[in-house]
Amino acid sequence: MNTKNIMIVGVGGQGTVLASRLLGGIIMDGGYEVKISEVHGMAQRGGSVVTFVRYGDEVCEPIVEEGCADVLIAFERLEALRYAHFLKKDGVLIVNDQRMDPMPVVMGSATYPENIIEDLSKKYKVISVDAISKAKELGNAKVFNVIVLGIAAKHMDFTIEQWNAVIEREVKPKFVEINKTAFKEGFCGS
Amino acid sequence: MSEKQKVMMLGNAAIARGAYEAGVKVSAAYPGTPSTEVSENLVQYKDELYCEWSPNEKVATEVAIGASMAGVRSMCAMKHVGVNVASDPLYSFSYMGINGGFVLVAADDPGCYSSQNEQDSRMVARAAHVAVIEPSDSQEAKDFTKAAFEISEKYDTPVMLRTTTRLSHSQGMVTLEQRQDIPDKPYNRDISRNVMMPAMARARHIEVEKREKRLEEESCSLPINRVEMRDTSIGVITSGIPYQYVREALPEASVLKLGLVNPLPRKLIEDFAKKVDSLYIVEELDPVIELQVKSWGIKCTGKEIFTVQGEYSANMIRKAVAHADLGIESPAEVPARPPILCAGCPHRSVFTVLKKLKIHAAGDIGCYTLGTVPPLSVIDTVVCMGASISALHGMEKAKGKDYIKNWVAVIGDSTFMHTGINSLMNMFYNQATGTVLILDNSTTGMTGHQDHAATGKTLQGDIVPAISIYEMCKAIGIRSVTEVDAFDIETLEKVVKEEVQKDEVSVIITKSPCIMLGQKKITHKCASDPEKCKKCGMCLSPGCPALTKCEDGTIAIDDTLCTGCDLCKKLCKFDAIKDV
Repeated sequence: MNTKNIMIVGVGGQGTVLASRLLGGIIMDGGYEVKISEVHGMAQRGGSVVTFVRYGDEVCEPIVEEGCADVLIAFERLEALRYAHFLKKDGVLIVNDQRMDPMPVVMGSATYPENIIEDLSKKYKVISVDAISKAKELGNAKVFNVIVLGIAAKHMDFTIEQWNAVIEREVKPKFVEINKTAFKEGFCGS
Repeated sequence: MSEKQKVMMLGNAAIARGAYEAGVKVSAAYPGTPSTEVSENLVQYKDELYCEWSPNEKVATEVAIGASMAGVRSMCAMKHVGVNVASDPLYSFSYMGINGGFVLVAADDPGCYSSQNEQDSRMVARAAHVAVIEPSDSQEAKDFTKAAFEISEKYDTPVMLRTTTRLSHSQGMVTLEQRQDIPDKPYNRDISRNVMMPAMARARHIEVEKREKRLEEESCSLPINRVEMRDTSIGVITSGIPYQYVREALPEASVLKLGLVNPLPRKLIEDFAKKVDSLYIVEELDPVIELQVKSWGIKCTGKEIFTVQGEYSANMIRKAVAHADLGIESPAEVPARPPILCAGCPHRSVFTVLKKLKIHAAGDIGCYTLGTVPPLSVIDTVVCMGASISALHGMEKAKGKDYIKNWVAVIGDSTFMHTGINSLMNMFYNQATGTVLILDNSTTGMTGHQDHAATGKTLQGDIVPAISIYEMCKAIGIRSVTEVDAFDIETLEKVVKEEVQKDEVSVIITKSPCIMLGQKKITHKCASDPEKCKKCGMCLSPGCPALTKCEDGTIAIDDTLCTGCDLCKKLCKFDAIKDV
């Protein structure tokens, strides 16, 4: 198969690491070669973070090139806009409809762009979700990332049983059930 | 664990696994992005090897040298600027040669993801006459680490294993193998090798040249240097992560992939150059391979079309070599999202006081470097680990003691233990009058919370007596050493005002653990009362990410981020922030 390119972008501390670990786990279970590139260190302190996931029969570089992403998973609106040009023409953007003001916006030296999702929808296939509200309904705001991952998983080639197996393996036992519920919410929800 | 298990591994984890499989018995390191995870992964094998956090990279390298002299395989790991700190022992040890295999892991940071420069460690290795091995994915990171120990022992040389951020922080699949049983070598007293007095050093220099020559010749048949002949119209010499970009961008091109990048396999390169029509050298950062190849009279293209700055990518190579129009959309113009101090960070409290007092700070390396940028804007200078204290001292000697009455040096606890202590001794010895703030958050924060000599815990998890920074400052002879709770802004303001006026060296230790350590019990959170809020913006001035301005100008506090540090509450003059 052709190499599939997935990106997860967000704000440092939003839980991109768990999402990429689950992705890496399921792809390995599928018998593909996979490479994942992460950001550590200074950029994690509330900065813009990006994780690249590539899989297929043979993967060389660990990064996704601009114009090549099949799926872009964005945990925040502004970060969706920042990385949208990485999407290929028929790529899919899944965006958590949350606004987090970066420091220049808080300080008044920059303006948070309006109508991000509307504008991106003109160019790309955009699926927008208020995953934080859904996660709060499930009883834990933190699992919003797994809800978003569940939606993205619809555009990949694995079954919910396979995903559940990875969640059971990668997540601490006491959080397995809530994460499985969150994943199902995204994967099976409307 | 089955013998040929395949697992996903971070590049740094694979290096650690390689060291384990190679039978390493001693490893020492100081944390530094992007090298930190090497030691953090190696420690899982502590039943079969010893590993430690040392106070700095020079000490770590010397610990590994001692272990090699004693006759076991040893390793040290550091970021690229750490190699500068370690270069003194490294240059000498290169002359001495090894007993047990010795590998120094140097992690470069093209693109400065978490560093103060983009230096190329291969340049240091060349100057020190140390062999350099460069892997290009996680599997090679493990395999080449093992090869590095073989080469170290076969050629009697220290070996640098060079990685970069992209390799260190990428995961790939790795096939695991068993740990090798490497018998300890005997220690023999041999002052011609182990004592670098001038007469011995002159003799050893000759041996260094001989071994490098021998390695260069034999490297042409080393399996880690690999020729991949495909279409011969384009040939590329490359190594490390750029190899992956070349394979994506120019899948038809012939490639000479170098695993050993110092010394270079000259004959292999000359033969490859003859077989291709146009030859490109693709290497991130400095033209280390290129300048040598050109010096041999071989026609090739390198930095004429490839930058010396930042990271490469397949698209960049496509554009430079094939002049391809990739039709890529330009990125949207969006506000930057720079890293910031966390909600509840004790550094924010200290900087808020310094900002109020309009004090300039000579800064240092750590999370608190973020005190440079708005809205805090307190730090004026950052050079390298430990330089805050010595730079403040230099300023005083340049312009007199009155000039620095509105200056302090600001340094973290781990950085103080790294090299700050030397600078403080110098201040006291040379009769300085400056004020040093040690921001003690009980950890090495920026690199992800590693212990150090003043935390009371080792890399292997042993609980040990913690060195007291307070007592150490007192032992130097400094009379005015004050400990203050970092969140007690009233006391801190009073102490800073007093100490900067004194005509002697003062140390103020601000104490409060890093909020990310989870040691602080969160008793309450803060919430704003829009009825009382006068929209003055005072609470926003320290730049806490939990606070946002609403459309009507009042303040909202995010209860998922707030840690109840109360800094905003203390700054509010209208009692508009309360506990919830």
